[in-house]
Amino acid sequence: MALDPLWLSRVQWVWVISWHILLPAFTVGLASYIAVLEGLAYFSGRKIWSEIASFWTRIFAVSFGMGVVSGIVMPFQLGTNWSRFSDSTANVLAPLLAYEGLTAFFLEASFLGVLLFGRKLVAPWVHFFAALMVAAGTLFSTFWILSVNSWMQTPAGFHVEDRRFFPDDWWAIIFNPSFPYRYVHNVTAFYITTGFVGRSRDQAKMMLRMALNLLIVLVPLQMIVGDLHGQNTLRYQPAKFAAIEGRYDTVSPLPLTLFGIPDDATSTMRDEVAIPSLGSLLLTHSKTGTIKGLHSFAADQRPPVGPPFYAFRIMVGIALVMLFIAAAGQLLRWLGRLDDAAWFLRLCERTAPLGFVAVLAGWTTTEVGRQPWTVYGLLRTAQSVTPSLSGGDVALSLSLYAVVYLIMFPTGLAFMAGLIRRGVAAADSDGPPEIAAGRPAPPYVTAIPVIPPAMVE
Amino acid sequence: MWHSLVPIWTVILGLGIFIYVTLDGFDLGVGMLHGLVREDDRETVMHAIGPFWDGNETWLILGGVGLLAAFPLAFAIIIPAVYFPIMLMLLALVFRGVAFEFRFEHPHLRRAWDIAFCAGSAVATFAQGLVLGSFIQGFKVEGRVFAGTSFDFATPFSLLTGVALMLGYGLLGAAWLVLKTEGDLQAWSRRAGRICLVGVGVCIAAVSIWTALASPAIAARWFGPEMIYLAPLPLLTLATGIYAWRAFGGNADLTPFLTAVVLFALSFLGITISLWPMIVPGHYTLWQAASPESSQAFLLIGTLGLLPLVLFYTGWSYWIFRGKVTAGAA
Repeated sequence: MALDPLWLSRVQWVWVISWHILLPAFTVGLASYIAVLEGLAYFSGRKIWSEIASFWTRIFAVSFGMGVVSGIVMPFQLGTNWSRFSDSTANVLAPLLAYEGLTAFFLEASFLGVLLFGRKLVAPWVHFFAALMVAAGTLFSTFWILSVNSWMQTPAGFHVEDRRFFPDDWWAIIFNPSFPYRYVHNVTAFYITTGFVGRSRDQAKMMLRMALNLLIVLVPLQMIVGDLHGQNTLRYQPAKFAAIEGRYDTVSPLPLTLFGIPDDATSTMRDEVAIPSLGSLLLTHSKTGTIKGLHSFAADQRPPVGPPFYAFRIMVGIALVMLFIAAAGQLLRWLGRLDDAAWFLRLCERTAPLGFVAVLAGWTTTEVGRQPWTVYGLLRTAQSVTPSLSGGDVALSLSLYAVVYLIMFPTGLAFMAGLIRRGVAAADSDGPPEIAAGRPAPPYVTAIPVIPPAMVE
Repeated sequence: MWHSLVPIWTVILGLGIFIYVTLDGFDLGVGMLHGLVREDDRETVMHAIGPFWDGNETWLILGGVGLLAAFPLAFAIIIPAVYFPIMLMLLALVFRGVAFEFRFEHPHLRRAWDIAFCAGSAVATFAQGLVLGSFIQGFKVEGRVFAGTSFDFATPFSLLTGVALMLGYGLLGAAWLVLKTEGDLQAWSRRAGRICLVGVGVCIAAVSIWTALASPAIAARWFGPEMIYLAPLPLLTLATGIYAWRAFGGNADLTPFLTAVVLFALSFLGITISLWPMIVPGHYTLWQAASPESSQAFLLIGTLGLLPLVLFYTGWSYWIFRGKVTAGAA
């Protein structure tokens, strides 16, 4: 058990994807924010907007670069550690992954160069257009990868032959039942995450106000979307839903478990704090409605309760904190005391990373809740792992991934946090020089520009 | 009937891998040479690949995912068989990419990041060479899965291909520096290129003889009835090598790089001829490992539209950053 290749492969997957997901969680929202700023700059002609846009573009470029290097690792993990999953599902899923590469590669990589270095070289509308294309690229990328993930949760549009999936209907595969909810829920989460980082920049009053306006709309909206996504899960993945609610028995009316300590061995919830009947109301939108408890499912078809149960409560808890901050910000603004409320600005700064925690918690909820399957109800995680691996092999690779990522990612994230802390003014003095459009290699080019000979002459 | 898309996907994937090897090959090669040039020249060397390297690496994603989409069975057998070389390559690329960015942000740590950059380039290249050697030698397969151990990759032959690829990327890197630099550094690159070229020649000969001796099938392919059609390839390789030697010694800036690329193309062709039509040598052909036509067709529609755009943009960005680089570009 100590060196189980399946268990270690799962840990390795969690390790590499958790670091990777932090970057799109930030860059998807940031790209759209930059596009809005570029739009404001273009239509109003005010210099402040383009200055703020340039500042964030530089940070975007660093996180984009880190996203590329950590992203290259991901498809290869499917081969090294999950080769039987690849063999079974590639006919259906690999074209979607390839489309992500093609669309994201083309749009993001090509137009980021123009955005970074082309402000004085191209017409203002072209620059604005480049910002729109980069934002579109991040949304396309999210579209394809979440379509893949959703298909694993709610597979559709296929038939099975010889233990492999074959495509029948691409529309049904791409727009599988959980995809629309998951897509909106994720993109909104990414926007909120970026909003919380952006809003911690207290010296830029405009940025704070923009972020607060965005959050007061998005945070409540996200709660509604989250509820719809939950209804979808209840319909298609009832066992996951029972795990999230920590519900072993089927009872009516259903209490809402606020907190407790789930124990899978005895199938009980210890030290439970629950509100009677509220579960029926919130989850099934009726007075006596109920959900199937985990006892209704065969023992080998139940997910573990702990991780989805706790992670879901962390996510919802953070959502409530965010709602409070967004509402408090609007209230202070209405009272005209936003810029004097030091406690509020400090609170904003402290809570900046909360979105990332919520994204990881939400991800844990949905992925662990899908267990023991990789393709829900059809392909088991245990049947997905590469059969040739020994526990020692994966222990060795996991240790090396751990060491390298622990050197690289904290360094990179600290560097970005430093850039953000120094703020727009600092970036303006040592900001990116305006040179010809080209590949994004920002910190490099921003430090020492490579000027094409055509420009020097 | 559904076999009809397989040749198209073979060409697309072959082209993709060749573009990756050529492009990331030269910047990995420059990364290795970076550790050998004079301290003063290091900035210039970095500038020679600065705007290109991360775009070059994106081709690796397209290559990996393209293999998964077009020939999933090959992906599911080959990648586990080279578990550790793939892991080494990925970690080295992460290390190298981040080192590249941070050497400019941490001047006080620049020496450490420089070493990381050079070592990362070398390890990534060597690991790719191990993958190549393991691939040519073939894998132990049962049914649809790799049935060997994760250490099967470590053979004398794959060590040879590892070294061969380091010399090969070194050749591409040196040729790129000849193209992008001037003066003493350019003269140094010409000498480095010639050293790598000799090594590459020895390695191509050694790999060719070794594979022919180890595999009767490959020997039969080259020395059988088709010999008369295939004989020009080794002769052409020899001629290109001699031409490259003279090009590195002459005054032309671009010719060394072009001849190095042609040498890679000829070697690539040679390996393809040896193994054709297998994608998992000894076990599965391209047709047997292919995904169904519905998958290949669905992806082909988008690929035919988007790939030319990607190629166009890649070419355009190289054009924008054309010409010589210097240390303190101002």
